Amino acid sequence: MFKQACWNEPLIFNLGRSERRGHILPTAEEHVKNAVGDLDELVPQRMKRTNAPKLPEVSEVEVARHFTRLSQMNYGVDCGLYPLGSCTMKYNPKIAEQLANLPKLNMLHPYQDESTIQGILEILYKLERWLAELTGTYEVCLHPAAGAHGEFLGTLLIRAYHKMKGELEKRREIIVPDSAHGTNPASAAMAGFNVVVVPSDDDGCVSLGALKAAVSERTAGLMLTNPNTLGIFEKNIDEIARIIHDAGGLLYYDGANLNPMLCRVRPGDMGFDIVHINIHKTFGTPHGGGGPGAGPVGVSKELAEFLPVPRIVFDGAWYRLDYDRPYSVGKIRSFYGNVAVLLKAYAYILSLGFEGLKEVAEVSVLNANYLMKKLEGVRGLTLPYDSEKPRKHECVFSAKQMKNETGVSALNIAKRLLDYGVHAPTIYFPLIVEEALMIEPTETFEKEELDRFAEALRKISEEAYTSPETVLKAPYNTAVPRLDEVKASHPRTMVLSWRMYQKRMTQKG
Amino acid sequence: MNPLERHNHPYIPNSQPKIKNEMMREIGIKSIEELYADIPEKYTLKKPLKIPKHALSEFEVKRHIEALLAKNKTCNEMPMFLGAGCWPHYVPAVVKEIVQRSEFLTSYTPYQPEISQGMLQALFEYQSMICELTAMDVANCSMYDWASALGEAARMAARVTRRREILIPKIIHPERLATLQAYAEPAGLTVKKVSYERETGELKLEDLKYAISEQTAAVYIENPSYLGFIETQVEEIASEAHKHGALFIVGVDPTSLGILKPPGECGADITVGEAQPLGNPMNFGGPLLGIFACRDDMNLVRQMPGRVIGLTTTVDGARQGFCMALQTREQHIRREKATSNICSNEALCAVASAVYMALLGPRGFRELGEAIMYKANYAISMLSVVEGVKAPIFKSAHFKEFTVNFDKAGLTVKEVHKKLLQRGIHGGKDVSKEFPELGETALYCVTEVHSAEEIACLADAINQILKER
Repeated sequence: MFKQACWNEPLIFNLGRSERRGHILPTAEEHVKNAVGDLDELVPQRMKRTNAPKLPEVSEVEVARHFTRLSQMNYGVDCGLYPLGSCTMKYNPKIAEQLANLPKLNMLHPYQDESTIQGILEILYKLERWLAELTGTYEVCLHPAAGAHGEFLGTLLIRAYHKMKGELEKRREIIVPDSAHGTNPASAAMAGFNVVVVPSDDDGCVSLGALKAAVSERTAGLMLTNPNTLGIFEKNIDEIARIIHDAGGLLYYDGANLNPMLCRVRPGDMGFDIVHINIHKTFGTPHGGGGPGAGPVGVSKELAEFLPVPRIVFDGAWYRLDYDRPYSVGKIRSFYGNVAVLLKAYAYILSLGFEGLKEVAEVSVLNANYLMKKLEGVRGLTLPYDSEKPRKHECVFSAKQMKNETGVSALNIAKRLLDYGVHAPTIYFPLIVEEALMIEPTETFEKEELDRFAEALRKISEEAYTSPETVLKAPYNTAVPRLDEVKASHPRTMVLSWRMYQKRMTQKG
Repeated sequence: MNPLERHNHPYIPNSQPKIKNEMMREIGIKSIEELYADIPEKYTLKKPLKIPKHALSEFEVKRHIEALLAKNKTCNEMPMFLGAGCWPHYVPAVVKEIVQRSEFLTSYTPYQPEISQGMLQALFEYQSMICELTAMDVANCSMYDWASALGEAARMAARVTRRREILIPKIIHPERLATLQAYAEPAGLTVKKVSYERETGELKLEDLKYAISEQTAAVYIENPSYLGFIETQVEEIASEAHKHGALFIVGVDPTSLGILKPPGECGADITVGEAQPLGNPMNFGGPLLGIFACRDDMNLVRQMPGRVIGLTTTVDGARQGFCMALQTREQHIRREKATSNICSNEALCAVASAVYMALLGPRGFRELGEAIMYKANYAISMLSVVEGVKAPIFKSAHFKEFTVNFDKAGLTVKEVHKKLLQRGIHGGKDVSKEFPELGETALYCVTEVHSAEEIACLADAINQILKER
């Protein structure tokens, strides 16, 4: 049975002793100090720190133990199934980690002379070419640090394109389906656009009628993920692309769901003008508890001139960083991207090759449809939107019936799943499904693990109908039982730092 | 031959043909193609792509990438004096160990807090230690980097004040400026530069007083500045900003905060900065780690971008625990009305920084600041005696970076650096195009990892190069 470590580990501020040290730093040599003289005189009086920061005073031993214990109260892909829909939690190859930790990468500075960075430029240049091939785009920019950062860049490119055509003033709207990831409308708004939402039809796909009614000379573009967040392929993509392009808009591909399409269908071939790729989803790099990821953006030939600087160029013998791009949108971050993450993606592509990546796509779809089949008939769960249609990378069940009949909600199911030693699916998303359980097994997990997951859900359903209390109060086997998430955000009880905590304690007396 | 024809790929257990058949039988299909049958034929890829065809063995992958990386030359192999937004600092071994723990490494954003307490507590501790270091009350659990954190801070200031003008110092990193502009422009914000005192490099207060108005959403400064000097008028600038109802944003290099007055004690409403130096290697410029912190004022906190971890209790109130807080600001709930679109951030880099800050403690930060300042100022003293060199340009105290000017030598930075490289030394960053008014100038960086010997070597080489001319 699963039982997570439960250390009751104090905050690091409550460990250690006064004056205890955790690390010996290199110091300045005596003759250096003598040559420079008294630092106290060197630091301007008004800018001297007089109150030392109240950081912990702990030994290396305590630091190692503390964070090791914390890690034991966490759950990753290496611990077991992690079917978090739309997050593509797949295995993260260890060889990629090892390579990304080599000093030959770690100790490289971004402003080094070109003659000393030919190796890393070659890796990044080739990765750009491979990603362009894989997405069917013309050029790829590796700069964005995450998917949403890629979306921000994408919407800036849409801006730049319409500005160049002198139409930005009137093209104020970006269309997103109601099933879209929250980042899509947020990114469009960040780039200064108004968001127009189009509903999905009964089959879970974008309603063509609604789309036609939504487009106008104000349309700047459409942001779409395909397959969509229900795991369903947007069958009318041909028509959608035509409608948007005819209206003078651009088509943006949210790459969060690219995994099942690898080496089978390319966004560029479907008519998308801008594509972002979640490297930390599709290309096997770890999520690290919320980053660092990488969100490269691929574009059609027409948009390439707008990409951020510098671009990596190759003349057949020499790699160079080219800043001379007069129409570039400039920069969305410092330097050239999350290079350590990108190197892992390079290793991932080499480790799989075209054939392996195609296998990734197909097995991710096979696994999702297999799980869907296995979960068919679990009491209280239904599969909304055309249950006859094969899903792609994920399937979305609804626990509405179970909630009505037993009071057990999607949230309760998710919490109870943790007790079975599997991570919960994404819940309450997409918004168009009530009590949604969004399940993406990825290609990573073996049939036996998928069976265990299905079995766990079946048991939870049984519990819901026989002893709902058990499910309603879950979890029991995690480091802590159910947390009060409302309290964490309530102005009166909110504590966002140790400093705030101490302040609250003083106020309470 | 395709090694996947009869066996599974090591990362894809179910790719074994036998298992695939079992699963397909269960689904009731004969071929995987049936699962793709709803995709219009015209989109189905007909030809292989121009990427490597077969899976390589792990050994081949390793050999291939190591061979490419071998073409690089790193600061381990030559003394290097580059900084400017990405700095060489020592990363203690325990930091690397912790962030390789696969329970941390392979986890997602802690959406299910009960099973993610480790990551949540580590991030809460990161936030808390950043607050102690900067003397701010609230920090988020990271932005992509300093530059994007600045962009977000400007947008936040505009939301809080309902104004549209951001004042920044003329001496600013050009990449931070470009990023700020990319973030500001779509929100309808204008960015205006305030000039500097030619003598000291510090912000020209008269110019600030002239530029500031009731339109000003925020005044931003960096300390230490991009060109390395310490700005001393921080409190005057803060009160000038506040007098006009604008927010005061300060950008920091956290390695200075053991010895320099923290932004929170100088009137900062928002602090941004780069925490890469705290336990994260340079990695050719990424990933980085953007600091974002503000005062405990709900008008500010509610407008913050990014993930924030909060302390809470279990439902029964019996135990403390951690979860994400204030999610109603975020895109997955608020969609187009969110304070930012950010979701994935640099969480694991923040864990590295948490470990680093805990290791150093208050004394370590003072020692770090002192080591850097001693060594950088030693380099200044060694270079400034070289005939033809002016280092630094500004008559101000410098922390870890400083300007080196070659005008008197009649050589360009490019020429000097080329010759340095031939001698196996990598010079600083050429800033002569960024600030033409400063002539042939480079920005040099010295941290605790530079030895006196390397610094002497640099001074000696520059001396020779200038004499050779």
